Amino acid sequence: MIFLIAVIGGGIVGTLIARELNKYVEDVWLFEAKTNFGMGVTKSNSAILHGGYDDPPGSLRAQLCYKGNQLYTQLQKELNFDLKRVGSHVVAIEDEETKYIYELVKKAEKNGVKEVRVVEKLELLEMEKNINPKAKRSLFCEIAGIFDPWIVAMQAAKSVRINGGRTLIKKRLVEVEKKNGKFLLRFQDKSEYFADLVINAAGLFADDVAKLFGDEVPEIFPVKGEYFLLSKDFQYVNSTIFPVPTGISKGCLVLPTVDGGFLVGPNANRVLSKYDTATTREGLNEIREKGTKLVPNLNFRRHLVKTFAGLRPETEKKDFHIDVGKSGAIHVSGIRSPGLTAAPAIAKYVVEYLIQEKIGMNLYKRENYIPEIEKTPHLIHIDRNEWNDIIQKDPDAGEMICHCNKVTKKEIIDAIKNGARTLDDIKFMTRASFGECQGGFCTAKILKILAEYTGRDPREINQNEDGSWIVNAKVRI
Amino acid sequence: MKYKTDVVVIGGGAAGMAAAYRAKKEGVDVILLERDEDTGGVLNQCIHNGFGLQYFKKDLTGPEFKEYAKERLEDIEILFGTYVLEVRNDRTIIFVDRRGIHEIETKALVMATGARERHFNSLPVPGKRITGVFTAGLAQRFINLENLKPGSKAVILGSGDIGLIMARRLTLEGIKVEAVLEIMPYPGGLERNVQQCLKDFGIPLYLSHTVTAIEGDRRLEKVIAAQVDYKWDPIPGTEKEFEVDTLITSVGLIPQTKPVDFVETDPGFLVSNTNQTSEDWIFAAGNCTVIFDLVDYVAKEGEKAGKYAAMYAKGEYKKGKKVKVRKGENIGVIHPIYIDPTQESTLYIRVSKVFDRANIKVLPLDVEVIEDEARPPEMIVVKLKPFDENIDEIEVMADELISKLG
Ligand SMILES: Cc1cc2nc3c(=O)[nH]c(=O)nc-3n(C[C@H](O)[C@H](O)[C@H](O)COP(=O)(O)OP(=O)(O)OC[C@H]3O[C@@H](n4cnc5c(N)ncnc54)[C@H](O)[C@@H]3O)c2cc1C
Ligand SMILES: Cc1cc2nc3c(=O)[nH]c(=O)nc-3n(C[C@H](O)[C@H](O)[C@H](O)COP(=O)(O)OP(=O)(O)OC[C@H]3O[C@@H](n4cnc5c(N)ncnc54)[C@H](O)[C@@H]3O)c2cc1C
Repeated sequence: MIFLIAVIGGGIVGTLIARELNKYVEDVWLFEAKTNFGMGVTKSNSAILHGGYDDPPGSLRAQLCYKGNQLYTQLQKELNFDLKRVGSHVVAIEDEETKYIYELVKKAEKNGVKEVRVVEKLELLEMEKNINPKAKRSLFCEIAGIFDPWIVAMQAAKSVRINGGRTLIKKRLVEVEKKNGKFLLRFQDKSEYFADLVINAAGLFADDVAKLFGDEVPEIFPVKGEYFLLSKDFQYVNSTIFPVPTGISKGCLVLPTVDGGFLVGPNANRVLSKYDTATTREGLNEIREKGTKLVPNLNFRRHLVKTFAGLRPETEKKDFHIDVGKSGAIHVSGIRSPGLTAAPAIAKYVVEYLIQEKIGMNLYKRENYIPEIEKTPHLIHIDRNEWNDIIQKDPDAGEMICHCNKVTKKEIIDAIKNGARTLDDIKFMTRASFGECQGGFCTAKILKILAEYTGRDPREINQNEDGSWIVNAKVRI
Repeated sequence: MKYKTDVVVIGGGAAGMAAAYRAKKEGVDVILLERDEDTGGVLNQCIHNGFGLQYFKKDLTGPEFKEYAKERLEDIEILFGTYVLEVRNDRTIIFVDRRGIHEIETKALVMATGARERHFNSLPVPGKRITGVFTAGLAQRFINLENLKPGSKAVILGSGDIGLIMARRLTLEGIKVEAVLEIMPYPGGLERNVQQCLKDFGIPLYLSHTVTAIEGDRRLEKVIAAQVDYKWDPIPGTEKEFEVDTLITSVGLIPQTKPVDFVETDPGFLVSNTNQTSEDWIFAAGNCTVIFDLVDYVAKEGEKAGKYAAMYAKGEYKKGKKVKVRKGENIGVIHPIYIDPTQESTLYIRVSKVFDRANIKVLPLDVEVIEDEARPPEMIVVKLKPFDENIDEIEVMADELISKLG
């Protein structure tokens, strides 16, 4: 009898759980509703590797965030993604905010986070020249970082494929039946699979998916966070700048992105729909104002690249809920911030604690497991001689397609070989069309390469989901 | 590979072609780097006429203008498909192409990298990110170069010449244009284009209007527009809905100055009347300095940059003295912003409001030009002779000429 484990949801949490399981069990199947991994909550957020100093002591968040942060060092080596530990400051601007900095020091101590220190005004303004000169002091955490979370999800999924697991896209779970001690999983595309064990990591929809199993988890409601993305043209900050938080979120931040741009945001507004990722006039005004308070010289007119919004999977308790349901399925839900940071620790919690200890299943590490995977390097960042050698073997490595982010034709073709089928796949896998011109220059070229290398007509190529077409007819037949 | 030359020109659009031609004519060695497979830049996308009336004394289409300009480049080394990675202050230029990574040692450089289009995403209009929003340049590339239609029904945002010409082009290709929207109270393009591209086709132009939201599930389904007040804030109650699958935007060009990051820019290269930048060996011309409305101006500027770059390479022109040109009353754009008073100069001016009859003065020089129906979209050209080197600033201003009779 084949023992099969299914993971529902291919965000950063689901992919890392699948990968963790795959270290023990070959037959791990990952099912994702969208057209690629990491395109849900994992795509639109602040993308910070948090230090873990400010989660409520004793919460599951606090337990898993700091641990997750530490696990990232190894994870980064194995999955080969960019991670910069640029550090983070929580900055007190008003007098009454300064005492909060000391409260944070105490919290950090309770959470076991040693890598924090208080930075006084002079040093702070030396480290961050563009922040509000009224800043009094900050709590600096050196282990905080920035990265592209969707790359982690895509790389983790790839790692599962390499090690004998299966990763499937466009598979939305719609019905579950218990049959002979197994779960019969039915998907929207009418396909069916049997699984012995199921892990629900459906992000915003984890409560809805739990219901399919007849299980109850705390209700998830979406809390929107809106952002501005600014271009690389001006170095606003070197590390993540947090204000002293008020209420429900960590507040509106200014931070660098891993590829050199800057984010301003998010705000936090509860919305009705789990699909409502539209930015709003009021929301953008709000973050513009708050961002400018932290970094007064933000120039939105000159440096704005785009705006976007993400949805936090929030619950009343504001904590992760990770447990075995009555049905026997494991539900990983309420994964709000710092879910990205905690994700590798969540994966271990599920596999080492819930499955092995709580359920009492015996799992043995596979001997043939390969933790490392390769990633086509971003050629602009490698040594010029090495790049030159690559061009001698493959001239496509010398043909620049995306001029803003400097992505060559080879990198795009490699992404297609790794499964890219849509414009968003190319964008999120290679960063082509992700820069200042937002694809104004290279979209036509990328569409052409995608059509050629996947043997399709350009009219069949989508931005992302079915229905998001780019061109619909020929000008002349 | 390693190259050595006198003048490198980066960018083979109208400006770069003219610069390379002229530098060569001055008797120096020239290398022209173009990232595309052909020269011409935006000219290739403009298959309408109206190009070259002044420069070639002919009414040409964009591609025809390019062919004329290209004929003069016969004995110049042009490297296509090249992407410049780095311009170093020690006068080396590193570029990559399908053959490898190369280095050029040069004496002077002309930047002629043109401009890129501002994207709708940077405006910022609230809403979801859905497909169906294209810059005019991307839409033109699909239609003209790839033989593909970007949709069936469209709204165009921006009534500059690019937007106007797109409206006609889309209509001719069977894409229904429901409206052209313009945030300013007057059209951004030439009067003749408003007539020939919109009025002749019955396409409505909404002035003082902008897009306030876009809607759709995955592909664009609806564009919502509204009238704006003087602060550009939408006026409630004036919303109009257009059921279209395509939004074409032409909302401004941004000069491209990369990868040169050690000279003065704002946002284009700041140059003098000899096209010299803040680094004496680097010259710049065309849309990478300021956005020009006529290719004729661009080509003339390119020639001038080529000439001075060649003279610089030969040691015949050094760092010029720089007199600052100040933007006075009612002036929106002035180019160049420095003048070497020992040389002749051409000023390109955009007024900041609409005039019946504008009186344009250059102070303290005794220069006055009267321009009928001066409007911000159309550049006014003023020529200056060399002037007194002791003047350290000149100012350009405009006011309404009150008729002495009335
Ligand atoms: C504004 C904002 C800022 C944040 N900032 C940070 C931060 O800086 N640092 C940090 O650590 N965390 C941050 N977070 C939190 C972090 O983004 C999330 O905790 C994390 O992305 C959750 O990952 P996930 O895999 O659980 O969810 P998701 O990425 O949403 O993955 C769930 C997947 O399940 C799929 N799915 C759903 N239903 C089904 C179904 N029926 N069948 C199959 N598949 C299904 C979805 O398509 C989705 O891809 C932030 C969140 C937000 C919204
Ligand atoms: C749609 C449209 C309609 C117009 N209509 C008219 C009209 O009717 N009449 C008229 O007279 N004018 C018109 N113009 C204006 C005129 O055509 C342009 O101002 C002029 O062609 C700009 O020339 P340029 O050389 O400055 O820039 P571009 O044409 O943009 O040339 C820049 C060149 O540099 C290359 N390049 C950029 N960066 C690099 C790099 N790093 N390395 C190598 N190469 C690089 C680009 O590929 C390009 O070839 C129109 C313009 C447009 C866009």
